[in-house]
Amino acid sequence: MKRLLFILPVVGFLILLGVFFVGLGRDPRALPSAFIGKPLPAFTTAPLRPGDQGLSNTDFQRGEPVLLNVFASWCGPCRVEHPVLMRLRQEGVAIHGLDWKEDAAAGAQWLAERGDPYIRAGNDQTGRTGIEFGVAGVPETFVIDKQGRVRYRHVGALTPDDWERKVGPLMEQLRKEP
Amino acid sequence: MRRLISLAVAFALLAGPAGAVNPDEQLADPALEARAHKLSKELRCVVCQNQSIDDSDATLARDLRIILRERISAGDTDKQAMDFIVARYGSFVQLEPPMRLDTLALWFGPLAVLALGALGAAVYMRGRSPARAGDLTPEEEAELAAMLNADDTTRPDGAR
Repeated sequence: MKRLLFILPVVGFLILLGVFFVGLGRDPRALPSAFIGKPLPAFTTAPLRPGDQGLSNTDFQRGEPVLLNVFASWCGPCRVEHPVLMRLRQEGVAIHGLDWKEDAAAGAQWLAERGDPYIRAGNDQTGRTGIEFGVAGVPETFVIDKQGRVRYRHVGALTPDDWERKVGPLMEQLRKEP
Repeated sequence: MRRLISLAVAFALLAGPAGAVNPDEQLADPALEARAHKLSKELRCVVCQNQSIDDSDATLARDLRIILRERISAGDTDKQAMDFIVARYGSFVQLEPPMRLDTLALWFGPLAVLALGALGAAVYMRGRSPARAGDLTPEEEAELAAMLNADDTTRPDGAR
């Protein structure tokens, strides 16, 4: 009994140490969206490509899971993930884009130069549309299910590793859902 | 010299903590501005995370400060304005977390640890209470008496 009383605090301390150590490796920005399980709020944006139509929340009820990628031409990590998005588009993954906090001209030029991975692309010059569903910065990628509900929020560049481990399997699973 | 020092002290006292709020964001109505200011000190900036949106220079913090002021100007109560932001960014943005089932550990965890520590300390202190004479067996009593009656000079170290 006495020995147990001595060991218990030590064990407790070691457990706490382990929890904190694991916590060190976690990205503090990777917060879950406040919209997990809920549909995107109603929004419509101006078009990004000249002469095209913009992006609205109704574009996400298409009967298949979709990625919503929030990006900007001024954003460094967006350059890193752009080739990944291009590859996914070629593989048939549905991606909509929201160009955040810049002129449509800047965003359209970025797509013209580097390639356009998006089905629909909207421009959110003031950033207000992104704020409607909790965008904290670019790039961010939301996984939207067949019913138009937000299922996952990925913060930062979407790397091939992120796709293989988390986002890809989730999309596969959502495709099987009714 | 003395005058200089008192002047410096006066300036130091006058200087409040500088928020990141720009003059162009502020509302003309001082009462509404005071409410918005108080609320923005209670909201966490999701970009910098350890600053309130009142302190942060991040552009998103500026956007949220402006949205907060728009809501308040439009007649929102403090709670409605706060809920507007929380609905979009989650309760993580509240610098003072609400009391809920999943935040109980946050509110009462430290108290629980303190109570555990007090319990541990109490058990330890009780274990240290001096042994009473009656706790010794007759053999031990005899041994003790022999030790006490022995001649001091026979002690191996020769101390008195």
